[in-house]
Amino acid sequence: MSLLRNRTVAVSGGILLFVMLWAIVGPWVSPHEYLATDFGRILRGPVATNMQFFGTDDLGRDLFVRTMLGIRVTLLVAVVASMVSLVIGVTYGAIAGYVGGRVDAAMMRFVDTLYALPFIFLVILLMVAFERNFLLIFVAIGAINWLDMARIVRGQTLSLREREFVEAARLIGVSTPRIIFRHIAPNMLGIVVVYVTLTIPQAILVESFLSFLGLGIQEPQTSLGALVDAGVNQMEGASWMLLIPAVLLATILMCFNFLGDGLRDFFDARRTL
Amino acid sequence: MSLLQVSGLSIRYRGDVVVDDISFELDEAESVGIVGESGSGKSQTALALLGLLPVQAEVSGSIRFDGVEIVGATEQKLNQLRAQRIGMVFQDPMQALNPYVQIGKQVRQVLLQHDLAEGAEADKRVIEMFARVGLPDPAQQFRAYAHQLSGGMRQRVMLASALIAEPDLLVADEPTTALDVTVQAQILDLLEDIRDNTALLLITHDLGIVAGHCERMLVFEKGRLVDAGPTTSLFASPGHAHTRTLLDAAPRIDRGTFPPEIKASTILSVEAAEVIYEREGNAQIRAVSGVGLSLRKGETLAVVGESGSGKSSMVRAILGLIPMHSGLVVYSGEPLAGPVETRSIAHHRDFQLVYQDPVAALNPQMRVRKIVGEPLSVHERTLTSKARLERVIATLQKVGLEQKHLDRYPHQLSGGQAQRVAIARALILGPSVLVCDEAVAALDGSARAQVLELLRTVQKDSDLSIIFISHDLAVVRSISHRVLVMYMGHLVEYAECAKLFTDPRHPYTRALLDAVPVPDPVVAVKAAPIKGEVASLLAPPSGCVFHPRCGYAKEICRERVPVTRDFSGSRVACHRADEIDLKG
Repeated sequence: MSLLRNRTVAVSGGILLFVMLWAIVGPWVSPHEYLATDFGRILRGPVATNMQFFGTDDLGRDLFVRTMLGIRVTLLVAVVASMVSLVIGVTYGAIAGYVGGRVDAAMMRFVDTLYALPFIFLVILLMVAFERNFLLIFVAIGAINWLDMARIVRGQTLSLREREFVEAARLIGVSTPRIIFRHIAPNMLGIVVVYVTLTIPQAILVESFLSFLGLGIQEPQTSLGALVDAGVNQMEGASWMLLIPAVLLATILMCFNFLGDGLRDFFDARRTL
Repeated sequence: MSLLQVSGLSIRYRGDVVVDDISFELDEAESVGIVGESGSGKSQTALALLGLLPVQAEVSGSIRFDGVEIVGATEQKLNQLRAQRIGMVFQDPMQALNPYVQIGKQVRQVLLQHDLAEGAEADKRVIEMFARVGLPDPAQQFRAYAHQLSGGMRQRVMLASALIAEPDLLVADEPTTALDVTVQAQILDLLEDIRDNTALLLITHDLGIVAGHCERMLVFEKGRLVDAGPTTSLFASPGHAHTRTLLDAAPRIDRGTFPPEIKASTILSVEAAEVIYEREGNAQIRAVSGVGLSLRKGETLAVVGESGSGKSSMVRAILGLIPMHSGLVVYSGEPLAGPVETRSIAHHRDFQLVYQDPVAALNPQMRVRKIVGEPLSVHERTLTSKARLERVIATLQKVGLEQKHLDRYPHQLSGGQAQRVAIARALILGPSVLVCDEAVAALDGSARAQVLELLRTVQKDSDLSIIFISHDLAVVRSISHRVLVMYMGHLVEYAECAKLFTDPRHPYTRALLDAVPVPDPVVAVKAAPIKGEVASLLAPPSGCVFHPRCGYAKEICRERVPVTRDFSGSRVACHRADEIDLKG
């Protein structure tokens, strides 16, 4: 496949797959439980024996299993949040763009209004007001990201609607839904896919930020952000508790960003051929 | 010694040879035309002369201009040559002008850069130059911006900028391709008038332009120089088969037989069509004002006019792609109205459209098999996929494509092939009316001739009626039975093809006919082009909209809108049609 010949996509995609594979398989093959405490082994550094590659934390819990679990949660939150933004954004943007006129103006002014709200504070408020749970985090992060997606999709739809091949389809008698799904949607697939890979790291960052503030995932569940938070408290003496999740977080973020860049180059190249 | 010596010039991009071992010379004050189809390397050669090739280009050979070697010269040296010694004009003046800088300042920059003049003296020379290239009110235009000018005026500014430093050589790459035919004639005449002793290298795909304006010509084919010589002798006896091919493919407005008149029943008629575009602030643009036409079965009706004439708007309104403000469209005895989405499925079958740019008209994400098969999957849902594929293949063969093209994407096809795919899509349901909107304008000579032949064959085989929108009267003459001429949304003249070309009744028709370059140096001498440009549709002239450009205009033309009258078989909208003699 020509996509894999793009080195950026191949390398960053490969690293992400490797990390995800470990996040799934790791806790399953490891002899340790993520919430089992062992007060005989507090704050031990990373060792290769007994699969304690990442050492233990201040409660004697195995950090390898906890980190893998944190990656699961982080990726889950990010992917689900991006899907939420994808579904809302594409639907909203495509309707605004294709219908046009007053409907479009009203819908896009609503988006502008939402842009003006300070979302992090809103999310914090939500977390304080309601009981903290997973679902709320997905919804909150998705609610931030769909605005950009809606704008991008609307712009694309607006320009595609005027293209001659769409007019030709109208003349043949192709129905409006079929025009949207067969003629317009495939032509913006590239840009949407690219944009999703770029929203995932944004969602990861927001989740980590919330967890770091203590507003995200709750103990004994964990995420990369929560692990970094815990690591900061033990920075002196047990530096691995901070470094390992931080490096992993940075790696994942960079890989997603590179993946998005690579995909963009790939789709651009195909367009100009 | 000659002014320009090109010897053994080759240009490669990553091993792809685009210009292959080309040698030619150019004397002082000489005019030479380079002709060839797209991809023949003519523009690459022009860019090489100016040292403007992109860095990826591998250039070998030698270009000596007045003893100075251009291949491999430093940017500094090239900058001294450009504009001061070698002027240049490109196809699209909008891209060559900076939209944020007043045009006078841009042209003045040439003088300042080369220390030819400064201060008030430079401004004065720019204004003088603007006057010479025919910009109205040159002192005022100094402060205009590019977007405030029409395409023709922009190209005049480009000429001013190219010639103000009095260079020894002017390189013009398709300088009039983007312009209307009457404006093209004005610009070419102007070029001849003002270049004095500047040598001219004119790159074009239009043999008519070379015939009328160049002493010698060079013929390019696939990066090679295949033929060269004085224009008159090459046109009389081509030295290479490719020159012959190009000459044969060039449509002639002055000869050839007219298609015979079709005496069949009328299939489509339009009365008093009006198309109005609403602009912000209650401004209205009347794109089409009260135009009527009728189309007979098996007939080709050409709709001609310059940009802004409303020809595309009228046809799109008939098809229901844009709203028709008022007017009556009758198809097979039934009225046809409303947007295309609300029309009956039978009408979708009967009307099809072929566009100017075939690649834009095909969905880039679909393969040919899907593009051509889509009308079937909408209209004939019961068809099995095998039967559908057979119909697609049969239709592709009909338009001269093969089975191997089935799985291509539009960008993998040549312009001519893509246009055939678009025609196949239009024909697969067996329509009765085919609208071709400048369908051959973007194609090279040979591809254009083939597509025109294809249309003729299809028409003969299936009694198809064609509405052929075009700005190119030479093409129109060869294919259409009747012709409708439009100007600023108004009907100007409507006549049998033979009658319109031999006995035009409206001064605008005459002007259009005179403006078409004839690919024959012997007959290329012609009348002076009409003056002026198409007025703005936001502020149309009073009375007859053509009167500001008309050489025959009288008081009445300024005051009253002419009614369309019958005139020995032609319908003409001119107050003076019975007084003036326009026979060529």
